Order: sequence, then structure tokens, then C-alpha cells
Amino acid sequence: MEQQRSVSGSVQSPRSPSSQPYLSVSVTDPVKLGNGVQAYISYRVITKTNFPEYQGPEKIVIRRYSDFIWLRDRLFDKYKGIFIPPLPEKSAVEKFRFSAEFIEMRRQALDVFVNRIASHNLLQQSEDLRTFLQADEETMERLRSYETGIFKKKPADLMQIFKDVQSKVSDVVLGKEKPVEESNPEYEKLKHYVFELENHLAEAQKHAYRLVKRHRELGQSLSDFGKAAKLLGACEGQALGKAFSDLGAKSEALSVKLQKEAHQLLMSFEEPLKDYVRAVQSIKATIGERANAFRQQCELAETMKLKEINLDKLMLTRSDRVGEAEHEYKELKAASEEATKRFETIVRLMNEEIVRFQEQKTREMGIAFHEFAKGQARLANSVADAWRSLLPKLEACSSA
Amino acid sequence: MMGSENPGFEEAHLFASREGMESLVLDDPLTTHHPNNNNNSYSSFRSANSSISESTRHPLSPPVLSNPADSDPLLSPPVYRNPNASDNNSYIEPPSYADVIFSPFDDNSANEINRIDSTSKDPDSSLSLSRSSSSSSDYIKITVSNPKKEQETANSLVPGGNTYYTYLITTRTNIPDFGSSEFSVRRRFRDVVTLSDRLAEAYRGFFIPPRPDKNVVESQVMQKQEFVEQRRVALEKYLRRLAEHPIIRLSDELKVFLQVEGRLPLSLSTDVASRMLDGAVKLPKQLFGESTAVVAPHEVVQPAKGGRDLLRLFKELRQSVANDWGGSKPPVVEEDKVFMEKKERIHDLEQQISNASQQAEALVKAQQDMGETMGELGLAFIKLTKFENEEAMYNSQRVRAADMKCLATAAVKASRFYRELNAQTVKHLDTLHEYLGIMLAVHGAFADRTSALLTVQTLLSELSTLHSRAEKLEAASSKIFGGEKSRNHKIEELKETIRVTEDSKNVAIREYERIKENNRCELERLDKERRVDFLNMLKGFVVNQVGYAEKISDVWTKVAEETSGYARDS
Repeated sequence: MEQQRSVSGSVQSPRSPSSQPYLSVSVTDPVKLGNGVQAYISYRVITKTNFPEYQGPEKIVIRRYSDFIWLRDRLFDKYKGIFIPPLPEKSAVEKFRFSAEFIEMRRQALDVFVNRIASHNLLQQSEDLRTFLQADEETMERLRSYETGIFKKKPADLMQIFKDVQSKVSDVVLGKEKPVEESNPEYEKLKHYVFELENHLAEAQKHAYRLVKRHRELGQSLSDFGKAAKLLGACEGQALGKAFSDLGAKSEALSVKLQKEAHQLLMSFEEPLKDYVRAVQSIKATIGERANAFRQQCELAETMKLKEINLDKLMLTRSDRVGEAEHEYKELKAASEEATKRFETIVRLMNEEIVRFQEQKTREMGIAFHEFAKGQARLANSVADAWRSLLPKLEACSSA
Repeated sequence: MMGSENPGFEEAHLFASREGMESLVLDDPLTTHHPNNNNNSYSSFRSANSSISESTRHPLSPPVLSNPADSDPLLSPPVYRNPNASDNNSYIEPPSYADVIFSPFDDNSANEINRIDSTSKDPDSSLSLSRSSSSSSDYIKITVSNPKKEQETANSLVPGGNTYYTYLITTRTNIPDFGSSEFSVRRRFRDVVTLSDRLAEAYRGFFIPPRPDKNVVESQVMQKQEFVEQRRVALEKYLRRLAEHPIIRLSDELKVFLQVEGRLPLSLSTDVASRMLDGAVKLPKQLFGESTAVVAPHEVVQPAKGGRDLLRLFKELRQSVANDWGGSKPPVVEEDKVFMEKKERIHDLEQQISNASQQAEALVKAQQDMGETMGELGLAFIKLTKFENEEAMYNSQRVRAADMKCLATAAVKASRFYRELNAQTVKHLDTLHEYLGIMLAVHGAFADRTSALLTVQTLLSELSTLHSRAEKLEAASSKIFGGEKSRNHKIEELKETIRVTEDSKNVAIREYERIKENNRCELERLDKERRVDFLNMLKGFVVNQVGYAEKISDVWTKVAEETSGYARDS
């Protein structure tokens, strides 16, 4: 089980007594398959659980990146209001290169993704999650291609389409151009916070990425300088020459340490920051969903009112269309109530989610900062130790 | 500001300087004695050192230095090289050095210079430092300042015509030959060119520091202010380097440049075009025998190139071609194997120094970038902290904001340390750049040797030609009795020419030997000084790195401690 980034900690570890429910997942063993443009990475996904809904205590499946996307899209559809954990970017360019670092970054991010889902009290119940973790590869492939096909929408959604069309029509009819928005000041504050936060985080992440690059560059220049010092030492000869050679050797050794630290910085600091940015983007998507739900609720409520007025009119005129109108009205009322319920669920969930999100981020950032500081201290100590070891020799040279 | 101020001040200053010198020389094994450091850099390097000793981790914490060096701006570290601390031998000038300085143009100056030399040879003159060199008590501190725009008064055809800049050159010294301890003059760049040319003529074979470039093109591209400032800095560096050179610092040329107010009393260099023109005028006369076709002894001590004697130039050119392509070996060749080995080694060294200097620049840039990016990261987090605090709706946000602030503050501190580290690194590794300049001077000195040898070779060839011509003439005249009066006259003329050429040849040989000896001594000096300079550079660089790495480590260790609550159990 990976040390670094899994957040499933609070949900029981595999070693706890079996009476405690647990679900832990790890994404491991990236393997490059296929050729050229078709190349992709496959991962081993190992699930250990005692949830009764699952097929057994342990299951291993092979999944690829698009499978994770499928899972995320399904969860996003089904669990509106919940901040679905973010996935690493598709990145068409880097895919071609598939450097070891890129593969490791992606694996780590995917591992974090699944574990966040597995430790979320609602998301972990998801049937789609079960499918993802247990289905055999052919089934998974079928599901995956089905999703991307033109038959993406399920029958249940046809009602949704109808309602969408209807609302658009009523918009035109009612002469409404602007989309309806909530006028909740606290929610406004939250939205403003989320949008601003993304900007700030993106900037911090940009500098973090640059800092990684700087470490690499400094490492390279130390290596080059070390080589030059060694050559100069060979030319000078005698005690001074030896001093240069020793300096050169230390410089090259430090270069290696810097490259290592650069990698650490990338994985333990820059990636968590990037993940933070993605998480905020996921919240923005949820905000969008909430806006949709609110709009629908409003429109259905409006439409319902109109229908009610119309019905009353018909009833007064004892029209024979009353029955039909009544039926339509009842349907609309049900849809309106459902839309209201949907919207309220989203609001309730979001309120819980935001608290959870803030706590989770404080924890995760705390860890990231700690690792960052530890790494920098470690690096600085190496630098001090390496150079310090030269001093007695240099002193000896001068007094020689 | 020429001449001394009240004598009491002068003496007090001298006294203080001596004390300052003593304590400086004795206590601090790590002092960089490179005189090109101005006081600021010196003190900040020392403060970096002293803070290292505060943290008691440094195995070599320097003892506390006494104050006079700090408070008195007149004091500078001894200009001359301070050989390693425990070295008990004073640096005694090799005897041949003294004999060698010889100014061909001025008979008086030869004596003067020798006199100066004998004074400088006096070891341990005023100070009783057992381990310091005799010259560590001497110092010349030169400052270039106060650039002023002036007008060319005479010969201005155009009203408001030629303007040029002059610079105030202030010298403080305790060398008695200057006759004064502090004086200033105003000089323009043209004067510096003159000084440099005269020194090149007078000190052939020495490693004379190269003067700053003329930079004609850049002066039009750059802003005037920038250009003037750059030039001021370059001039100061150049004059200070001259003052560091044990022989040149006592030269007449430099003394006159630094002290004599008003017009510089050194012969102006004429430009190449005028010289060529003069030579071209003389040439036909030489060829037709009207003007002298013989190189006079006093001319022989200067290289043919750059002179007015085109005929001599052609002859030497022909000789050098014959050397390279001719069938027979030239009459005299460079035989000194030790020298040739050293020359090879110098060439190799120069390449490595150049390479190291380039990589040093790259390293400095990388350190600079690291510091900048670290600072930017810190600022970004400070903004985030402020943002979270302002918009906080939950306590977890405030906690996170506090954590961010801790990180941000550390990052900004670290950034500052990186930049300070870098400023120091630049100063230390600058020694590499300096030595590239010195390599140029070495090339010049080797070129002096080559051209002197060429002159000797040319004269020898000429002599042999003249001798065979004389033989032919004598043989011819002996066959015919009552030989032509004109032929006898010719023989007499030829014999006179041979005599003069013989004299020139002897002078040329003496000059060549002199230059060879200068080369040898300078190479020795270079090796010694380079060893000290490079060791100091390495020490300075390393101590600096250690010091700042420790500071940076402290900063981050604190943050790691403060965030240790988040540490996962491994």
C-alpha cells in the first residue's frame, strides 16, 4: 500500500479487526502497452475490502486512464452536489513521451483519486465504483466505449432532455434572456471564494513548478562547474590541483542530490498543489450543476404556475380539455417537486462537502508543507556538509 | 587635493594604518587580500564569516578582527600579496629583477628607477612582522571618481566642439618615493592609453595588466551616463592592477600619471595611420640610400611592428617567413626547454581557466534564479494567506492560512539568503575572470620575447649578408689595381654599416636576454600569486556556501518542526 498520498487513512486500514468495515484500494504497476499513437498505460488496481456488496476480500483488475474517466463521469452524473475527486489531465503531448516521471505522477494521482472515492461515505456506496473495482476487462471496455458513443444518454435522461427543451421554450415565451441565479449572499460569497482561490492556487502552483526546474538547473550547473574544476585541477597539479579536484568532486556529488530533491519537490509539493487546483475546478463543476438544478427548479415552478392558471381557466369554462390539463398539471407538479428536491439535496450536500473539503485541504497542505520544508532542510544540510568537508583540506593546502 | 593635509593627520593615519595592517595580517587566515575588493565587499564577507562563528559550527571560526580596519575608510587590505600565514620567508625580489628595468628613451630615468628599486629591496623596512613580506607594509590605494565633461579648448574648429570626460584619480600611499601620501589629478581616457603604451615599451617581457578597451561603438549605443560609469569602474580596476604589480607600481610612468597635475608629461602615442604614413615617406629614401637603411641600436630595443621604420618591418617579416618556410634553421632559436614547457602549460591553463570561468557564470545565474523563484513562491503564498484569512468561513481555513504564512515567510527568507550567497559567490569566483585578464598580459610578454628574438635573427641574417657583400667587394677591388675610388668609398660605407649593425645586434641580443629574464621572473611570480589567489578563492567560495547553507537549513528546519504535526508515521 503506497505511503505517500492515500487519504484512506481515516477509513480503516486492512489490518484492523474485520468487524470494522474497510475499503482500501491501490493503483500500482504501470505498464506501457500498445504501439505508437495507440500506446497507453495500464495499471493494476488492487481492492481489499470487507464490504458485503463486494465479491470478496480482495480483487485485482487491470484498468487504464479512460476507465478512470468513465468512473468520474458516472459519479459526477449520479452524485450531484458532491465534489467529485479530480483526475490528472489528459495531456496529449506528454503521453507520447511517457517519461518515467510522468507515469509516476499519473499513477500517484490516480491512486489518490480512487482512495478519495473509497473513503467518502456516500461515494463509496456507488455501484459504478463496484463495477470499476471488480468488473472484468471486457465488460469495462464495453462500458467505456458505450459512454463515448452517441448513445451516451440513458432512457432516464430523455425526460431530462424534454424538460430542458421545455425550459428553453418557456424562456423564449416568457421573454427571459438571463439565466436565473440564486440570490443567496452566503452562496455568492462561496462562489466568489472558489473562483478567486483557483487563481491564487494556480499562481502558487506555477511558481512551485518553476522551483522544481530551478533545482534541476542548479544541479546541472553544479555538475558542469565540478567538471571544469576537475580539469583545472588536473592542469594545475600539486596541492592546488588536488584542491580543485576535490571541489569538483563535491560539486558533482551535490548535483546528484539536487536532482533527487527536484524529483521529491515535484511529487510531494508541486503535485499536491496541482491537485488542489483540480479540486477547486471540480467544485466549480458542482457549482455549475447547482446552477442548472436551481434554474430547472425555477422554470418548472414557473411553468407549473402557468399551468395552474391555465387549468383554473379551463375549469371555469368547463372545457373538455380539463382532464388532459389536470393530468399534465399533476405531472408537472411531480417534476417540479422532484426538481426542488434535487436542488435542495445539492445544497445540503454542498454545505457538508465544503466543510469536509476545507479540512481535507488543510491536512493535505500541511503534509505537503512539511515535506517541502523537510526536503529543503535536508538539501541545505547536504550542501553544508559537503562543502564543510573540504575546509580542513583547503587549510592544509595554505599552510603547506 | 594634491599634497598632504595637516601633518598630524597624515602621521596619525600612517600609524593607524600600520596597526590596522598588523592585526589584519596576523589574525585572519581567511582574509581575501585581493585589492580589487572595495571595503564594502570586504566587510560583508567578514560579517558572513563572523555570523558563521556565532553559530559555532564552523571549524575555522576566525577570531574577532580589530576595529581600525572597519572604521577607517582609508585602510585597505595590503595591496601586495600576503603569502600564506605561516610562511616565514619574506618575499625577496630576485636580484635580476632590479637590473632589468631600463628606459631606453630617457637616460636619467634609468638611474632613478634603479634607485627606487634599491629602496624597495630593503626588507622589513618599517614593520617588524616576522612573517610578512617587505612589501606588505607598502600600499597604494587608487580611486577613480567624479567624471566631468570638459571641452577641447584649443583647435576647436567647430564651436562647442570636442567634448570629453575627465576622471578624478586619487591616490593614497605610504611609499616614500611618491613624496606625498595623498594626491589627486584629473585624467582623460586618452592619457590612460598613453600610459599603457609607454609602459608596454618600457617593460617588455613583463606581465602588464591590459588596459580597458576603447569601446568606440558601444559609447554610441549605450547611455552616456552608463558608459561613463562603466569606464570609471574599468579605469579604477586597471590602475589598481598596475599598482599591484611589484615593478610597475614603482615605474616613472605610473608615478607621473598619478601625480603630475595638468598635461600628462609622457610622449603621446601616434595612431597607426600616421606612423605608417611617416614610414612610407621614409621608405623611398631608405631604398635609394639617401636615408639610413640601418637600424640604430637605440631603435632595436623596440619591436619593428608599431614603429615608423617600414624597411625594418619588411626585413623582419622576410626573416619570419624564412624561419617558417626556409630550408635552413635561423641563426638563433628559442632553446629554453623549460620556458617552452611552461608556455605550453600556460596555454593549457588558460583554456581551463576560461572554461571554469564560463561554468562559474552559469552557476551564479542558477543560484540567482533559485533565489528569485523561491521569493516569488513565498509571495504567492503570502497572497494566499491573506486571501484565506479574509474569506475564512471555517477554522480549518485559518489553520491553513497560518501554515501557509509559516512556509511563505521561510521561503522569502531563504530567497534573500540565496541572493546574498550569490553576491558573495560572484566576488569569489571573479578571481577566475581576473586571471583571464592576466593571461592576456602573459601573451603580451611572450609576444615581446618573440619579436625581440625576431629582431636578433633579422640582424644576424643582415650581418651575414653585409659581410658577404663586403667580401665580394674586397675581392673585386683587389683584382683591379687602382680600384675605383667609388668602390673604395663603397667598401668604407659598408664597413661603417657593418659596425653599426654589429652594435645594434649586440643591443638586440642584450634586450632579448633581458626580456627572457623578465619572462622567467614573471612566470615565477605568477605561479606563486596564482596559487595564493586560487586557494583563497576556493576557501572563500566554500566558506560562503557552508555559511549560507547552514542559515537556509535553519530556516527550513524550523518550518519542518512547526508542521511536524502533519507528519505521517512512516
